[in-house]
Amino acid sequence: MRIPCPYCGERDLSEFVCRGEVATRPDPTTLSAGLDALYLRDNPAGPTREHWYHAQGCRLWLVVERDTRTHAVTGARPAAEAGS
Amino acid sequence: MSAAYRLATGGLIDRATPLDFTFDGRALRGFAGDTLASALVANGVRTVGRSFKYHRPRGLFTAGPEEPSGLVELGSGARREPNTKATTAELFAGLRVASQNRWPSLKFDLMAVNGLLAPLFVAGFYYKTFMWPAALWERLYEPVIRRAAGLGRASGAPDPDPYDKSHAFCDLLVIGSGPAGLAAALAAGRAGARVILCEDDFRLGGRLLSERQEIDGRPGPDWVGAIEAELAALPEVRILRRTQVFGAYDGGTYGAVERVTDHLPRPEPGLPRQRLWKIAARRVVLAAGAVERPLVFGGNDRPGVMMAASVRTYLNRHAAAPGRRAAVFTTTDDGWRTALDLQAAGVEVAVVIEARHAAPPALAEAARRGGAQIVLGGQVTETRGLGRLRQVIAGDSAFGVDLLAISGGWNPQVALSSHLGGRAVWSEALATFIPGEPPPGMSVAGAAAGQMTLAACLAAGGRAGAEAVIDLGFKARPPVFKADDEAASVSPLWRVAGSRGKAFVDLQHDVTDKDIELAAREGFRTVEHLKRYTTLGMATDQGKTSNLNGHALIAELTGRSIPEAGTTLARPPHLPVAIAAFAGHHRGVHFRPARPTPSHDWAREQGASLVDAGQWKRAQWFRRPGETDWLETVRREVTAVRTGVGVCDVSTLGKIDIQGPDAGAFLDRVYINTFSTLPVGKARYGVMLREDGLVLDDGTTARLGAEHFVMSTTTVNAGRVMQHLEYCHQALWPDLDLQMVSVTEQWAQFAVAGPKSRALLQALVGGAADLSAEAFPYMGAVAFRLDGVAARLFRLSFSGELAFEIAVPASFGDSLIRALMAAGADFGVQPYGTEALGVMRIEKGHVGGGELNGQTTARDLGLGRMMSRKKACIGKAMAGRPGLADPQRPILVGVTPLDATQRLRGGAHFLRLGAEASAANDEGHLTSTAFSPSLERWIGLGLLVGGDQRIGERIRAYDPIRGGDVEVEVRHPVFLDPEGVRLHV
Amino acid sequence: MRYSIFSLAANALSGHRRWTPAWRDAAPQADYDVIIVGGGGHGLATAHYLAKTYGVRRVAVLEKSWIGGGNAGRNTTIIRSNYGLQGNIPFYEQSMKLWEGLEQDLNYNAMVSQRGVLNLAHSDSQRDAYARRGNAMRLNGVDAELLDAAGVRAMAPFLNFDDARFPIIGGLLQKRGGTARHDAVVWGFARAADRRGVDIVQNCEVTGFIRQGGRIVGVETTRGAIRAGKVGLAVAGASSRVAALAGLRLPIESHVLQAFVSEAIKPLIPGVITFGAGHFYISQSDKGGLVFGGDIDGYQSYAQRGNLPTVEDVCEGGMALMPMIGRIRLLRSWGGIMDMTQDGSPIIDASPIDGLYLNAGWCYGGFKATPASGLAFAHLLATGEPHPTAAAYRLDRFATGHLIDEKGQGAQPNLH
Repeated sequence: MRIPCPYCGERDLSEFVCRGEVATRPDPTTLSAGLDALYLRDNPAGPTREHWYHAQGCRLWLVVERDTRTHAVTGARPAAEAGS
Repeated sequence: MSAAYRLATGGLIDRATPLDFTFDGRALRGFAGDTLASALVANGVRTVGRSFKYHRPRGLFTAGPEEPSGLVELGSGARREPNTKATTAELFAGLRVASQNRWPSLKFDLMAVNGLLAPLFVAGFYYKTFMWPAALWERLYEPVIRRAAGLGRASGAPDPDPYDKSHAFCDLLVIGSGPAGLAAALAAGRAGARVILCEDDFRLGGRLLSERQEIDGRPGPDWVGAIEAELAALPEVRILRRTQVFGAYDGGTYGAVERVTDHLPRPEPGLPRQRLWKIAARRVVLAAGAVERPLVFGGNDRPGVMMAASVRTYLNRHAAAPGRRAAVFTTTDDGWRTALDLQAAGVEVAVVIEARHAAPPALAEAARRGGAQIVLGGQVTETRGLGRLRQVIAGDSAFGVDLLAISGGWNPQVALSSHLGGRAVWSEALATFIPGEPPPGMSVAGAAAGQMTLAACLAAGGRAGAEAVIDLGFKARPPVFKADDEAASVSPLWRVAGSRGKAFVDLQHDVTDKDIELAAREGFRTVEHLKRYTTLGMATDQGKTSNLNGHALIAELTGRSIPEAGTTLARPPHLPVAIAAFAGHHRGVHFRPARPTPSHDWAREQGASLVDAGQWKRAQWFRRPGETDWLETVRREVTAVRTGVGVCDVSTLGKIDIQGPDAGAFLDRVYINTFSTLPVGKARYGVMLREDGLVLDDGTTARLGAEHFVMSTTTVNAGRVMQHLEYCHQALWPDLDLQMVSVTEQWAQFAVAGPKSRALLQALVGGAADLSAEAFPYMGAVAFRLDGVAARLFRLSFSGELAFEIAVPASFGDSLIRALMAAGADFGVQPYGTEALGVMRIEKGHVGGGELNGQTTARDLGLGRMMSRKKACIGKAMAGRPGLADPQRPILVGVTPLDATQRLRGGAHFLRLGAEASAANDEGHLTSTAFSPSLERWIGLGLLVGGDQRIGERIRAYDPIRGGDVEVEVRHPVFLDPEGVRLHV
Repeated sequence: MRYSIFSLAANALSGHRRWTPAWRDAAPQADYDVIIVGGGGHGLATAHYLAKTYGVRRVAVLEKSWIGGGNAGRNTTIIRSNYGLQGNIPFYEQSMKLWEGLEQDLNYNAMVSQRGVLNLAHSDSQRDAYARRGNAMRLNGVDAELLDAAGVRAMAPFLNFDDARFPIIGGLLQKRGGTARHDAVVWGFARAADRRGVDIVQNCEVTGFIRQGGRIVGVETTRGAIRAGKVGLAVAGASSRVAALAGLRLPIESHVLQAFVSEAIKPLIPGVITFGAGHFYISQSDKGGLVFGGDIDGYQSYAQRGNLPTVEDVCEGGMALMPMIGRIRLLRSWGGIMDMTQDGSPIIDASPIDGLYLNAGWCYGGFKATPASGLAFAHLLATGEPHPTAAAYRLDRFATGHLIDEKGQGAQPNLH
């Protein structure tokens, strides 16, 4: 798999760490932080949005759009700009 | 020494370069250009191995990587390589070859007794028996089965050869250098595209090397030579011979392995044995050709039965005759071409048995003129001969021959096109599976795509190569070559009815047509169940010659069409790859990087014992002359710190530099306690939680400026904490204005601890910093310059003594440790290692790795009161869940044995005195232990149910796995100086 | 027909023409007492124990493809009960005991082979963690031994003791651990369940649930609607997708785990060995292939295949640990879809919807659990109560904080 890092360019999978599905989470610092946001996942068979960290590169956290059936990567943007 | 079956002329061998080798000790000779198989053929060696289950004698069945039978052991000692296909091993002088899976010898194999038991040893027989008595399975049945199974023997010794890895990038990757691949590479190469052409063989050309076909009026091999020369002259084209592309991966990544020195008599110094290529290709042309399909009939495994196209390879490429008198059994036009090639090479063709009722007229006429008898609509039902072929039976006729060439059609090599899940599709016209939907960016050309004539291969390859690079913006056009469309018709014959003797579908795993019938009868009807039940296609050849015949048979037996029955999915690697090739140089001490600390060289000079801490190499202790055991050394180091001064390299702790207007607010959100209120010039201990409320890490963070913090983490969690903080900032709170960077490797940091630490440091820094208690109190932090070098000083203590940590840029670390030791000489300074560090932190009840195990809450660790009530932070809400706030959770305590001579060991469990040793009575466990020189006994930290309420209670530290059972007293976890008097002097 | 050496010999004389299908290829009936969705090891074992232990006979197992085609046929065949937390140990030990009697119970030789499972330790803290685990096992009556370096060397002299980056200092050994022939486990449970009247329906994919007054009373399938008193899901690799048909979201991410087998060689490796300083574990099959694997790839996937970095990582671990395997060739790789939960432990529980039960989230440890999972799920389906050994595997433990996190990694499935 190759991921188009918006800062470094397309790079091999081995440079990245995947954290998992981008959860639509409430601010986890609030007392009412949802258990659902922490634990439940859509886990779709198809397009999904995930957080990836360019650990061996620029250290950007990315929101990567990827298909879990084909592993096709269709987009990557900085998490800071993607909204989460 | 003359090779009896070597043709007098022809072939792509260098007769001026003879190569001597041995097979089972027998001295033989081949030539440069031979494979091991062709040299064996030329020497008349017919039986080369024994089969997997029945131990039947087996010969060379093919001439290529699809070989199911001709597996041998190459080399000796640590370089012994089992299960090597003789058909792809390149011959070299001095090669030592041994047959395998036979005892005592190839000719007389005692295990052939299995053949007599064949009526019992049908598919899946082991599932039905060996069940009684149960205890005999491991003791008797299984050892016997295991010894009988397997094929060759591994060396059992470490692989002595180096391996390498390389990355490559290209516009077009061409897989295969037959006519289609060469045309594709040429089209793209002439356009100026970056092309990588991979060929598994040591010679480019594919089938062109084996056929008597012409292109542009030149013999195939000559044409190949010209194209190869042109490609080699193109600067953007790279040709990788002996390189097998074994797998297609996501995003246009392809794995290939290059056999760099396997063909050399001696490993070349400085060269790897093999090289793993990871190729990122924008476009790919798969031109991997096709594999000829065997016919299933009685005795089709007898040495002397050989695939027709392989017969042509031995004749035309290697000038080696696989027999003296041949029969051909065919359902294809290729069978007839084989008869003609045999005749041209001077081998008598006794008969061509054509299963179809019509033969290609011109070819048949030529074969007849060459002296061959012709049988139309005939089938071979049996072969005879002890150990090797002597007779072929077709219906009522018997033919005395020593070679039977068989041809059942072609199976395109679709594997790489389906590695990403694209299923092959059935072609009724070709009676085989052809590529379905190849991976993005790949096109398939030539025989791999079902184009079975030379002219079609050349045209399709050229077109595919040109189109691929046009797609990338290059100007390209397909090259034009002149070649014939030879006759290539096929009609499938999946098995010969009425065979006598075993008719093998999978030669290597000894799967017969009867096994497939049994599987169908017992309900194993999907191709996957069939495969798993009979082991069809699971041998080292991965079913390259057997799968389709087997799948066609199960389809027929279950009343389905072949596409309905389907086929199994190919998975990498396409051909087996040495495990070491995937590892490259990451083995032995180079498995993972070793990170030396800034004082590494100095510590080595001091004779320090080193210990792994993650990837770091840290000094564990510094043994002095006369010290006989490590406990003695550690006791001295601890005592030095407690009574004088010691120095320890703590650079491995994670250091994260955080700057910006919102840095304080950020820290408040990630730590359970507050940092925004921390004064400049002060440090504070902090605890951070994961999102689920359990403790992630702890450490001190110092404020060096209004907008500048330096965080320290534990050594082990440095990477994870950095990743966590980046995530929090970028994904959760991008609006916070701050930047952070890991500076773990940029700063060398030393703990200087003990009552004399201030004096030592003051002597070192002189007037550069005032270390007096008033000017620099406990938890002070200051940046200053030491001899013109940036330096930082923190008044932190892990040991519980008056202590400092001093940091300088890492490149000055070596100088600093030497300066510290020099300045400390007057104070009796001693270096101490991680073991003494650990002893002192346990004496002080500081949590470490045993407690920060990812399963503990702040409350469990006695740190619950640090949680600020005034603010939210990561994990705070989750930490309030009942299961995590339960007062019955194990809580941090200290323990000491009642008997001071008894030793404590980490991992012992706590039981109440008198309670039965059972899970129901398990109350926690010992997390860290040490011998405390201060208390003159072993001490431990542990997690005990309700532990904070049980100080003074006596319990058991139960350690049955090491035979330990120690009565201990529960104590407060801070064993030494609980008021912290020593810290504040 | 009962399987034995005698029936085998008798059939050999008649050319093996009298064998009958190991299980009927049943067509679905209109309704059942219990429908198990998923014809893998867990689903078939559940059916077996429902029929055998709990006397529930009107049971169907619905499989969208061919039985055993998911993780039951894609694992590395290891069985063990060397867990460290109380929520797990009794359950996996129950499983081990069932393995030990499986062949006699099923009249099918699943080649349960107790040749030992050895976890290597490379640091003092790792050894102490193994001691903690081994002691917990011993407190539960489970066999466990702690070896020192010499003990390891005696068992496996071929390991790298000479130039290891992370030297071996000992290991945790469970002698009763080992391997079982994975496909045979599936076929054995299928055959035994079938003989007790369970309908095993292949090529029958569940496409929806039938509800009545908030309760689930059956399933829609590609072979029509089928009603049932209770529906149990045992669809590892598809748990989230099938649960989504009922409107449920689960604390699960699906990840790909690769596994590898080498060419067959003569016996080389005695039992199961796991590397403690890298991602690598290995055993040798009865056929001779080295069966090995490592960590999950780390990204969500339903593709049943992985990528090169993990292959390299696993082989690096292998070469670091036992450099004698270097010239042995990797023959085949494959990928299975692991339903990774947020604490690394499974769920066997009633769902929030009446009539629907969950058996899910086995991460990469489902194979060894097959018999106990079947028994516990059958118990839950038959009695409505959790089996005592599986009482901790509740769905609401994430809300209550009663997590079962062996690795201590927290709510990040790909770290478990």
